[in-house]
Amino acid sequence: MDSHTIAAQTAEAGHIEHEHPPFLRHHFATVEQQRETATFGMWLFLLTEIMFFGGLFCAYLIYRNWYYPAFVDGSHSLHIWAGTLNTTILIVSSFTMAMGVHASETRMRKALVGWCIATIILGCGFLCVKAYEWHDEWVEHHVPGLNFSPEGFMRVNPAYPADAPLQRDMAEKTQVYFSLYFAMTGMHALHMIIGVSLLALLTIRAWGGAYTSGHVAPVENFGLYWHFVDIVWIFLFPLLYLISRHQ
Amino acid sequence: MSTILTLPDQSTATLPKVSYLSKEYGLKSWLLTGDHKRIAMLYLISITFFFFIGGAMAGLIRLELLTPPSDLLAADTYNKVFTAHGIIMVFLFLVPSVPATIGNFVIPIMVGAKDLAFPKINLLSWYLYVAAGCMVIAALVSGGVDTGWTFTTPLSTHYLNTHVITAGLAVFIAGFSSIFTGLNFIVTIHRMRAPGMTWFRLPLFVWSHYAASILMVLGTPVLAITLVLVVLERTIGIGVFDPTKGGDPLLFQHLFWFYSHPAVYIMILPGMGVISEVISTFSRKRVFGYTAVAFSSVAIAVFGFFVWAHHMFIMGISNYSALVFSLLTMLVAVPSAIKIFNWSATLYKGSITFETPMLYAFGFIGLFTIGGLTGVFLGSMGMDIHLTETYFIVAHFHFVMVGGMLMAYLSGVHFWWPKMTGRMYPEGISKLAAVITFVGFILTFFPQFLLGYLGMPRRYAAYPPEFQVLNVFSSAGASVLGVGYLLPLLYLTWSLKYGKIAGPNPWQATGLEWQIQSPPLTENFVETPIVTHEAYDYEWLESKKDHEVPTVG
Amino acid sequence: MHFISPVLWQFLIKWLTFFAIFPPEASTIAPYADALYFFLVLISVVGLVAVAILVITFSIRYRKDRNPVATQIEGSTLLEATWTIIPLILFMICFVWGALLYFRIYSPPTNAMNVYVVGKQWMWKVEHPGGQHEINSLHIPINRPIQITLISQDVFHSFSIPAFRVKREAIPGRYNTEWFEATTPGTYHLFCTQYCGTLHSQMIGEVVAMTEEDYEAWAASSTSGNSLAQNGERLFASLGCNSCHNSGPNAHGPNLANVYGSHLQLKDGSFVTVDDAFLRDTILNPTMHEIAGFAPIMPTYQGQVSEEGLIDLVEYIRRLDSQYRIDQTIDNSAGQPIQTGAAPPGTSSPTLAPGTVKQ
Repeated sequence: MDSHTIAAQTAEAGHIEHEHPPFLRHHFATVEQQRETATFGMWLFLLTEIMFFGGLFCAYLIYRNWYYPAFVDGSHSLHIWAGTLNTTILIVSSFTMAMGVHASETRMRKALVGWCIATIILGCGFLCVKAYEWHDEWVEHHVPGLNFSPEGFMRVNPAYPADAPLQRDMAEKTQVYFSLYFAMTGMHALHMIIGVSLLALLTIRAWGGAYTSGHVAPVENFGLYWHFVDIVWIFLFPLLYLISRHQ
Repeated sequence: MSTILTLPDQSTATLPKVSYLSKEYGLKSWLLTGDHKRIAMLYLISITFFFFIGGAMAGLIRLELLTPPSDLLAADTYNKVFTAHGIIMVFLFLVPSVPATIGNFVIPIMVGAKDLAFPKINLLSWYLYVAAGCMVIAALVSGGVDTGWTFTTPLSTHYLNTHVITAGLAVFIAGFSSIFTGLNFIVTIHRMRAPGMTWFRLPLFVWSHYAASILMVLGTPVLAITLVLVVLERTIGIGVFDPTKGGDPLLFQHLFWFYSHPAVYIMILPGMGVISEVISTFSRKRVFGYTAVAFSSVAIAVFGFFVWAHHMFIMGISNYSALVFSLLTMLVAVPSAIKIFNWSATLYKGSITFETPMLYAFGFIGLFTIGGLTGVFLGSMGMDIHLTETYFIVAHFHFVMVGGMLMAYLSGVHFWWPKMTGRMYPEGISKLAAVITFVGFILTFFPQFLLGYLGMPRRYAAYPPEFQVLNVFSSAGASVLGVGYLLPLLYLTWSLKYGKIAGPNPWQATGLEWQIQSPPLTENFVETPIVTHEAYDYEWLESKKDHEVPTVG
Repeated sequence: MHFISPVLWQFLIKWLTFFAIFPPEASTIAPYADALYFFLVLISVVGLVAVAILVITFSIRYRKDRNPVATQIEGSTLLEATWTIIPLILFMICFVWGALLYFRIYSPPTNAMNVYVVGKQWMWKVEHPGGQHEINSLHIPINRPIQITLISQDVFHSFSIPAFRVKREAIPGRYNTEWFEATTPGTYHLFCTQYCGTLHSQMIGEVVAMTEEDYEAWAASSTSGNSLAQNGERLFASLGCNSCHNSGPNAHGPNLANVYGSHLQLKDGSFVTVDDAFLRDTILNPTMHEIAGFAPIMPTYQGQVSEEGLIDLVEYIRRLDSQYRIDQTIDNSAGQPIQTGAAPPGTSSPTLAPGTVKQ
C-alpha cells in the first residue's frame, strides 16, 4: 500500500543545515511535499465549493421542473449579449491566468505580473457587466422581494414574439426564477470579488519576485480557484441565459 | 484496585524546561501561533466557555419544566432559551469539541508530523469559531433568537422579528471553521504521515477523524448556502422557500437536513475515535477487529449522507421515498453496532484497569447503545409517526450526544490531559465526577423516553399536569448532572498548578504521542520517527521500555 | 399517614393521580403501534443486556489483578460477520414492520369521513363537512374512519393525537392527510408538535371521541346552519366560477359535476386523479394544470380566497354531482349535514363519490 513516504530527515551532528529555500515551511520535509499538499488542499476546498453551489443548483433543478414557462420567460428577459460577453471575458481570463502560472513556473517575473494584471482587468470587466445587468433588472422591476412586478411577463416580449404572455399565476413564478438568478450570480460575483482581491495581493507579491524563484504553489493554486469560478459560470450561463433560446 | 498509571518519581520530577508551552510567552505568541497544540488549547478554553453558557440555558429549561405552567419564563423567553441551548451546544460545542481540541493537538503527532498541513488555516479556523461565538452572544444579548436551532421556514423567514440573521450568519461562520478544520485533517492524514506510517498502522482515532472530516468538508457547505438563502429571504424577500411566491418550504427542510444529519455523525465519530484509544489502552490490547472498526467509520460517513429525510417522515414526503430513507437508516445503524461489539470484544482477555478515562468510556458504551437503539425506533417509519417531535427525540439525541459524545469528550480530555499539560488530574475526584455524571444523566434523560411515548411535545414551555412527575425526575437529574460537569472544570484547572508530574507515558500507551515528552516540544519530534510497528502494538511497547524518551532541557 | 407532612402528602396524591406512564390506546392503529414499540423495546433490552453482560463480565474476569498479561487478539471474521448480520436482520425486521405500520397509518380507507383542519398561529380550526366549526377541539364518532385534511395558514404546525398514535405536519401551501378510527369514547390530548413560535405550547386542544348517537346529537346542535359545501357553492358563485364551469354547451371550463375522483387528461397527455390537493392547486395555480381540450384562460385566485374558502370550494366540488341541486332543494330539514352513506330522511340516497385523497 502506498504510504506517500517522504524522505526522512536525519539529524546529523545536531541541527540540520538550512539548505532549503526560504519559502519551505518547517513542518514540511521537502518543497515537493509542500507543493503537493497545498494543491491537494486547494482541490479539496474546491470540492466544498461545488457542494456550496450544489444547493443552489438543486433548487434550480426543482423549480425549473415545476415552473418551466416562467423560467423560459425569465431567461428570455436577460440580455444574452451581456451573458455571452461575460462568458468570453471569463474564458479569456482563464487563459491569461494559465499563462500567469506558466510564467511563474518559467520564472519570468514581469510576464507573471503582466498576466495577473490582465486577469484582474478581465475579472473587473466581468463584474462591471454584471453590475450593469443587475441595474437593468432593477429598472425593469425584476428584483425579487424589493421591487418585483410580474406585469412585464403578462405582456408579449418584443424580442420573443413567439412566447405566449404568461397568465398571472405563472407570471408570479418568475420571481422564483429571479430569486435563483440573483442568488446564483450573486454568489458567483462574490467569489469573483474575493478572487480579484486575492489576485491583487498575489500580483503585488509577484512584483517583488516571490513567485518566480521556485515557489509556484500559490499561483498554481490560485489558478485552480480561478478556473473553478470560471467553470461555475460556464454552468450558470446556459442554465440562466439559454433556456429555450432556439428561436 | 490496581492501576496502569506509571508516574515518574514525584520528588525529583519536573516539567521539561522546553515545551510548546514554555517556548514563547505573551499574548501575541498565543494569538498569532501556528502551533497546532497551542491552537488546540485556545479551542479548549473557548469551547469550555460556550459549553457552560449552553449548559446554563439547559438549566433554565429544566427549571422551567419543573412545573406544568409556563411560570418561570415567559413563552417567548423560553423559546429563546432553548434555541440558544441548541445553537450553542450543536455548533459551538459538539461539532468542534473533540476534533478541534483533542484532534488538533494529537493528530499531527499520531501521524508523525510536525504540524498540520496548513497551520495558518488552523488558526483562522479558531478565529472564525470565536467570531461565530461572539455573534451568537451578540444575538443573545441584544434580545435573543427564537427559531429553534433548526431555523424552520417560513417561521424563521417571515414570522419572527428576533435576531435570526445574526444567528444564521453566526452559524454560517462556525460552519467555515468546521470546514477548514476538516480540510486540514484530510490533507494532513493523506500527505504528512511519517515514513512507515501506512494507513492501517494509523490509530483508529485518526480513522474516525478522517471519516468525520469527509462529512465536515462535503456536508457543511450545503448548510452554508441554505442559511444564505434564509438570510436573503428575510432581508430582501426572495421567495425560494415561500409558498405564496411559488417557493417550497419543504425544500428548506431537505437542504437543511442534508447537512444536519451528517452533522450528527460529525459529532459522534471523533468521540468514537477517543473510545477506541481509551479501551485499547486500559485493556492493554489491540482493538479487536481494527479493520472492521476503521471501515465502519468510513461506512458511517458514506451512509450518513443518504438518510436525511428520516427527519421528514411526517412532513408529506411520498410514502415510497420514506421507505428508501428508512431502509438506509437501518443500514447506517449497523456499523455503529459493529463498533460497540468490537470494543466489548477488546476487553476479552485484556488486562483491564478502571482509571477515569475508562469509566467515561464504559459510560459511553452503555449510554450510546441505548441512544443508538432508540434511533432504530425512530428509523422504523411507522413508529416514528408517534415518536417524532416528542420528548422521545429529545431523549434519543441527548443519549447519543451527551451520554455518548460528551462522555467521550471528557474521556479524551482526561486521557490526553497529561500529554497536553504535563500534569495528572486528581484520580479520586475525577472518578467521582464520572459516576455522578453517569447517574445524573440517566435520571435526567431516561424519563424523557417515557414522556415522549406519552406524547409530550418538544419545545413546550407548558405541559399538561400528568407529565409533571417525570419532568421533576428529569430536572432533579439535571442538577446532579450539572455538578458532574462542574467538578472537572474545577479540578482540571487545579491540576494545572498542583497536579502530579505525568512524564511522557503515564498510561503506558502505544501511539506516537506517548513516545515524546509531556508537554511536547513545539515541533513534536526531535527527529522524524520511522514507524515499523503496527497500531496498538503492546509487544513493541514492552521492548521499547528500556529506551529513554528524548527530553529537551 | 399522620407522620408525613400534609403538604408533602398533598403533592404526592396530586402527582400520583395525575401521573401517567403510558398513553391510552384509543384508536384501531394504537395496538399495532404499541406492538411494534414493545418489539423495539424488547430487542433494545436484549441488545443492551448483551453488551452489558459482555462488558461487565469481561471487566471483572479480566481486570488487571486477575489477568496481569493481556492476550493480543487481532480479530475474528466470523464474529464480525455474526454481529453484523444479526443486528442487520433485526433492524430489517424493524424496517419492514415499521414500513407496514407507516403505510397503514398514511393510507386512508375509502369510506373515511372527512374533516378539515387549518392550523394557524396559535390555534387549530376544525371544520366538519356539515358546517360544524371548532377551535382547538375535534369531536368525532367512534368506530368510524375519520380522515383529516390538514393545512397551515402560516408556518409549519403538526397535528398530533398521541392516544391515537397519529401525527402529521400541517404545511403552508399543500394538503396533508392523516386518518384514524377511534375505539373508545373519551377526551384525548391534541397537541401541536412542530415549533411554531411564541404560543406553540398553547396550541393544544382535545379530541372528543363519542358514540355514534352522541356524535349525531352534537353535530345537530353545533352546526352553523350551512354545510361547508353550501358555503362553497356561495363562494363559487360570488367568485364567478360558474361563468366558465357550467354545464352549458359553450362552457369555457370543464363541467365540475362528478369531477371529483375522476381521471382528467392534462394538456401534456398525462392523466391526473382529481383530489383535494389537485383542486386546491388548480384554483391557485391554474397554469400548472392545463386540461386537455380547454383554453388556458382560468385566472388565479391566489390572494382572493382564504384556506377556509378553499376548503369550502373543495367540499362543494367534491359533493357536486348532477343530483346536487335536487338534493339541496329537497333537503332543507333540520340542517342535517349530508353524510356519506347516511341519507337524510325524505331523499334518495345521493350518489356521492368521496374519492380517495392521493398524497
